[in-house]
Amino acid sequence: MNEHLVFMLQLLITGVAVGGVYALMALGFVLIYKASNVVNFGPGELVLFGAYVSWATILQMRFPLYVAFPLTLLTSIALGLIIERGVLRPLIGQPIISVIMVTFGFASVIRGGLNMLWGSDTRPFPALFSSQPFHLGPVPVSPVHLWSFVIVLLLLGGFSLFFKFSLTGTAMRATADNQQVALSLGVSVKRMFALSWCIATVVSTLGGIILGNVRGGVDFSLADLGLKVFPVVILGGLDSVMGAIVGGVLIGVLENLSGGYLDPIFGGGVKEVAPFAVLVVILLFRPYGLFGKPEIERV
Amino acid sequence: MKCGGFRVSYRSDEQIFDTYTPRVVLVVFLGLLFTIPMFASTYELDVLNRIGIAIIGALGLNILIGYTGQISIGHAAFLAVGAYTTAVLEAKIGLPFYLAIPAAALLTAAFGLLFGLPSLRLKGLYLAIATLAAHFITSYVIIHWERMTNGVLGLLVPPATVPVLGLPLDSDARIFYLIFALVIPATFVAKNLVRTKVGRAFIAIRDRDVAAEVIGVSLFKYKLLAFLISSFYAGVAGGLMAYHSRILFPDAFSLLVAIDYLAMVIIGGMGSILGSIFGAIFMTVLPEVLKLTATSLTGVYPQAFGFIASTRDVIFGLAIILFLMFEPQGLARIWLRVRSYWKLWPYSY
Repeated sequence: MNEHLVFMLQLLITGVAVGGVYALMALGFVLIYKASNVVNFGPGELVLFGAYVSWATILQMRFPLYVAFPLTLLTSIALGLIIERGVLRPLIGQPIISVIMVTFGFASVIRGGLNMLWGSDTRPFPALFSSQPFHLGPVPVSPVHLWSFVIVLLLLGGFSLFFKFSLTGTAMRATADNQQVALSLGVSVKRMFALSWCIATVVSTLGGIILGNVRGGVDFSLADLGLKVFPVVILGGLDSVMGAIVGGVLIGVLENLSGGYLDPIFGGGVKEVAPFAVLVVILLFRPYGLFGKPEIERV
Repeated sequence: MKCGGFRVSYRSDEQIFDTYTPRVVLVVFLGLLFTIPMFASTYELDVLNRIGIAIIGALGLNILIGYTGQISIGHAAFLAVGAYTTAVLEAKIGLPFYLAIPAAALLTAAFGLLFGLPSLRLKGLYLAIATLAAHFITSYVIIHWERMTNGVLGLLVPPATVPVLGLPLDSDARIFYLIFALVIPATFVAKNLVRTKVGRAFIAIRDRDVAAEVIGVSLFKYKLLAFLISSFYAGVAGGLMAYHSRILFPDAFSLLVAIDYLAMVIIGGMGSILGSIFGAIFMTVLPEVLKLTATSLTGVYPQAFGFIASTRDVIFGLAIILFLMFEPQGLARIWLRVRSYWKLWPYSY
């Protein structure tokens, strides 16, 4: 096999692996949006929070993994509850700019809080998987990427089953579909809001742990990555779980391919901007994305 | 003492200040403002200058968000276009400031029109995301168009020079006059703009765009006009930034700057000119107060500096959250309440 093909395959595999994490973040975003019509502009900070807490529990406090891991997840659930109860519930019914700004606000609080607690140095992340690459045919693949992808697949599959078959999952779908009908059928809409935030923070935390492993360390640039969630959800459709997954992988692949092929031409950094260029194009031609409901009001 | 509004002519109804006292106070205040450079320290002047620039930028953003209801997270990109255009015109072409700033503002306004185009089809959240994308694309171009902007190395700007006198505005005290000579007309124009036909059209669009279109407000025209005016203001603010900091880095126009400006509008008060001014002052002074606290504490607790510096994010975020929850109309509303309390004090009933 020639070199070009190997290069491309490598970019594809990295893209799919990174895209899996984007899909996780987008899943959290879409859940919140579907359930409560809240747009979370701080998805990156949720990821950052997860990454730092897991770093702190594993490496700083030196808990064994089977303690550290549940502890991290519990903390992120608590964070989700605090955000939903304390910040967003009082703002139900407020104009969209207020809701957007308040998500910027708590994102800023999370970032500053982490900074106060642990400083802004890059932290080495516990390597849960070896980074020694093995060969899949002629293409070198690092186990971190492979594992992260497998974990993401398992998680997404688990969540799909949860939404499809469990009672709570069905109630969440009902809430997303029509709040009044859900209320009249005895679904506690408030609980569903809280639950969607908890799931979002947990999923973001897992994304943070995976990203920490892939990058080998956590620092505050993780938060910038969070904004990539917007191209993903717009491509997939704001209110579609399926769209979040497909969009995540597509955007991951796209940014790696464009980075690999266009960087030499434009002199670097294409990876950061390509998803947003795609975002503008989608907004112009198909604002509801691949799987979203076409509910755009034209004036 | 005034105990009500008894207006008998349209002229008196249209006045901004209906008694003499506030007019006299305003004139005296402005007069005193221009004597500040004679006794203030460089540091204080630097803060004041940044407040002035922030006021112009916040006024522009408030016209767009507070009055027209179009959410833009791309204000930092507008500022960047204004700043870099001014810098390039001054440094590479040698235009004097009184041509460079208007030219930059016009170019930024054209750029704002381009930003505004999606607003014709997209609303609320979608528009916010579109402007977010535009922000990233703009900052990418600024970082990578190195021949023009010098990229991350930074672009040096020669000081603005006063014509005829040949006096370079190279110190904080001198640039102060240029900045505030622009802040005053900017405020005046904004205050009057929102009371005219255009301003009412903006407000109608904000409150209900479909209804506005039905009663004959052309959404196409006024939405684009809002973006145009807003980015014109940002262009002026950006141009002043170029002359004030004299060196431009792409970092100075990050997304955080856009969020800072949004916070000025929210904390100051959406849909209030006075609020924009309060917000600009609040958001500029807050980090300085924290910095001063940190410096004064470092003698006692040597580690305090880093700690207090990072509290900025927390306090800033908390301020946004608390204002949105408890005083959504911002500082302007608080000011109004305090004023009307004292107006009738102590017989407020």
